[in-house]
Amino acid sequence: MLANFNHMPMNNYSFAGNNSPDTKSDCFVAFELRKSGGNVIDIKSKVMALYGKSIRALAEDMLNFFEIEHGHLIIEDTGALDFVLAARIEAAIKLQISSNKDYLLEGSAENKKPTQKEQFRFSRLYLPGNTPKLMISAGIHHPNGLILDLEDAVAPSKKYEAAFLVRNALRNLNFYGAERMVRINQIPKGLDDLKIVVPQYPNLILVPKCEHPDDLTLVNQAIEEIKSQHQMGDFPIWLMPIIESAKGVLNAYSIATVAMNVAALAIGLEDYTADMGTRRTTAGTESFFARSMVVNACRAAGIQPIDSVFSDVSDMNALAENVKTSKGLGFDGMGCIHPRQIAVIHENFAPEAVEIDKAKKIVLAFKEAEEKGLGVVSLGTKMIDAPVVKRAQRTILLAIETGKLEPNWEDLT
Amino acid sequence: MKKYDNLVKNAVGRLVPTVINGEQHFPYKGVGMHRPTGKKHSPSISTCIDYPDDGNKTVASLKEALIKSGLKDGMTISTHHHFRNGDLISNQIFDIAHELGIKNLRWFPSASFPCQERMIKYMEDGTINRIEGSMNGPLGKFVSEGKMSGIGVLRSHGGRYQAIQDGEVKIDIAVIAAPTADAFGNANGVNGQAACGLLGFALGDSQYAEKVIVVTDNIVPFPCVPWQIQGNYVDFVVKVDQVGLPEKIVSGTTMITKSPDRLLIAEITAQFCEAAGLIYDGFSYQAGAGGTALSIGNYFGEILRKNNWKASFIRAGSNKYAVEMLEEGLVGYILDGQTFDLDGVRSMRENANHVATSPFTSYNFHGKGNFASMLDVVILGATEVDLNYNANVVTHSDGYLLHGIGGWQNTLFAKTTILPIPLFRDRIPVIRDEVTTICAPGEMIDVIVTERGIAINPLRQDLIDKVKNSGLPIKTIEQLKAEAEAICGVPEKPVLGDEIVAVIKWVDGTIIDAVRRVIV
Repeated sequence: MLANFNHMPMNNYSFAGNNSPDTKSDCFVAFELRKSGGNVIDIKSKVMALYGKSIRALAEDMLNFFEIEHGHLIIEDTGALDFVLAARIEAAIKLQISSNKDYLLEGSAENKKPTQKEQFRFSRLYLPGNTPKLMISAGIHHPNGLILDLEDAVAPSKKYEAAFLVRNALRNLNFYGAERMVRINQIPKGLDDLKIVVPQYPNLILVPKCEHPDDLTLVNQAIEEIKSQHQMGDFPIWLMPIIESAKGVLNAYSIATVAMNVAALAIGLEDYTADMGTRRTTAGTESFFARSMVVNACRAAGIQPIDSVFSDVSDMNALAENVKTSKGLGFDGMGCIHPRQIAVIHENFAPEAVEIDKAKKIVLAFKEAEEKGLGVVSLGTKMIDAPVVKRAQRTILLAIETGKLEPNWEDLT
Repeated sequence: MKKYDNLVKNAVGRLVPTVINGEQHFPYKGVGMHRPTGKKHSPSISTCIDYPDDGNKTVASLKEALIKSGLKDGMTISTHHHFRNGDLISNQIFDIAHELGIKNLRWFPSASFPCQERMIKYMEDGTINRIEGSMNGPLGKFVSEGKMSGIGVLRSHGGRYQAIQDGEVKIDIAVIAAPTADAFGNANGVNGQAACGLLGFALGDSQYAEKVIVVTDNIVPFPCVPWQIQGNYVDFVVKVDQVGLPEKIVSGTTMITKSPDRLLIAEITAQFCEAAGLIYDGFSYQAGAGGTALSIGNYFGEILRKNNWKASFIRAGSNKYAVEMLEEGLVGYILDGQTFDLDGVRSMRENANHVATSPFTSYNFHGKGNFASMLDVVILGATEVDLNYNANVVTHSDGYLLHGIGGWQNTLFAKTTILPIPLFRDRIPVIRDEVTTICAPGEMIDVIVTERGIAINPLRQDLIDKVKNSGLPIKTIEQLKAEAEAICGVPEKPVLGDEIVAVIKWVDGTIIDAVRRVIV
């Protein structure tokens, strides 16, 4: 039993999951493949009275699935959901046997929905790929995107098990409408990550430390191969390369235009400033050139420029200032590392009241002109050009998206 | 003597004993249905000539005071939780009783804390027969596993006053630990190294106990003012080196939450109150000491400020956040039942609008009114709520006792009762088919706010109408339950023993539910 767990020789066991004292909604799994004695499952769970039987049933099913006849499986559970338990158990088992089978729980249909290339990406929340507690309710804060991060937020020793957790999360986590994103590891290591995440219909892949368009070509080749293997049809998987070096900045335009599925470029300033031999400041002059390059490259390519994260999660006023600057430079969104940042980002990327008022007038004038069959849109005595109408339409959409305008505003005017 | 007997099904359908620890009790009959007649309890008449003319009631030690109070087997000893986890006196009382070979005591605390874990030893060796008060942490585990000799009785703060007043619990010796006192026994909580604000939980004990001992580490010359406890009720005064640990008066639950999910719940709760028109110039509210409740107070503050409104009073549990609102002029008064931090203590000492209250003024159901029913909004927690809106605040879903009732039941009488709670906690869904333990009948719970939606009790059609077009995520309680189970899985029904280990009193002294033994 578990009482002996800490004392028994564990040389032959493989491990997955977390069991530090503050771990919640996770589990720690140890597994030993044996030669005889049948399967033994030991469970210690904080939710034993409510889910003990179902945890045991899952464990038994998984041992059967992987055709294990003699093994010792130990589960120390702090309230992990099934998809978390399954990821941990699978990781521990696969460290001892080689199997090309994947243990997948029934996925949600919602988690196969495609997204649009141009959809709003004001906010995208990073979730460490090996920390289930932070994933479970992330979607209720309604970021535009949720990023399951396999790169910097996962310790090197945890990368193996994190991939299973991220895969299962893509199938079974409720994203509450947020775009389902994964940040893979840097290419070429990240190409292995694609094998495990692409079959789960991610909407967007973030490619970190992207320096050259060839990186994306490799990514796209891998994606296409996996998609056809898994008969995923024309399910769109967008790319958001992250520019994090001097070289990446100088190649920004060719990266942005290398493939049709590049939906946005993001900039990562921590690594960029390190590469430049400088330090990140609040004023941000050291990164002005890089940010402007990214914005220019994106606008020229017709895709979205996305700003870096703001790392002081306790200072919402400074974040608001940062967002205003970002919007002023021409960015369309930024990353966040804490759910409380989402509302601030949306609020400050949202169009201001005067912008909305002007856009409403233009859009209404355009509609009126259309109805009357007029070729020319005019507001008062002023003629309105087509790009101005388009911008106004986008402002209206933006205002609705950020809650600044009722969707039925036309009926209310 | 059987520990309990005569089980009957009460008005919420729970099987409860009506004979408990050899005493007769009433089963719960419905809200407002139990209307006892008769007289209140009357302690013995005292004569002033039996007390020193110079007013000096000090004796050398707590032990001497207990012996002079006639400590003997089977007595009821009461203590209070003004120092929360920094209490140093309760343990000493039972150390002394143990040393004197006294057995079968009933410990009647206003609440228990982990620092009193040592009582387990005294329950095991028979010094203590039972606890009638909150049982949590190690004490809750001990009781839940059926190891206590007597049956535990849990009462709300108001119910405790009611039980004392009505003579249901006759206190033999009340020991009141006070930060400051004079030799006559006048005492307060606003001054002294262990200042804790007020001593309201000891009011009933001082009025109705046979013997009253005041213990302090700060004797001041007569008169000790304000005299929150009046010396005229007091038999003995004891000076000790240290009465409480001031740093532990602030409990962990008195900081604003940093959890994004709980902040979201707080934000939605405030939005709901605003949309339902519950907040207005002159409104009043009570919010508990939990991190979510505190941030709701903050949001209320923002709404008041934005509209240039002023709340008439906050019923508290005060802390620095409530004090800031008082000092900013966002609220007229704090009617305070216990101070949760040193800002609260300071404010109570300095600000005439920060008023000390007691379970008598605020909660007593057998009084000529109380403050709780005048509140517009009360914000409370819960461990479970069921599809009939019955709520549980004392046990976990696995059957373990883990919280006291506190003022929770009493404040349900506010005009609108809102429970902001996470839909599940570490996989454990909060909304159940049936709560493990009923502490409140569903008709008393108006709104449940979770991070994934709001459920309004169908009895509150007025609220349903008001928020209909608010854009808030209004759902049925069944929808919320299904949503949690889609994420967590459908929980098994825990198997509990038949044996009863404790009972839960309703505010009128009737028994609303029984707690069953956890099978280990």
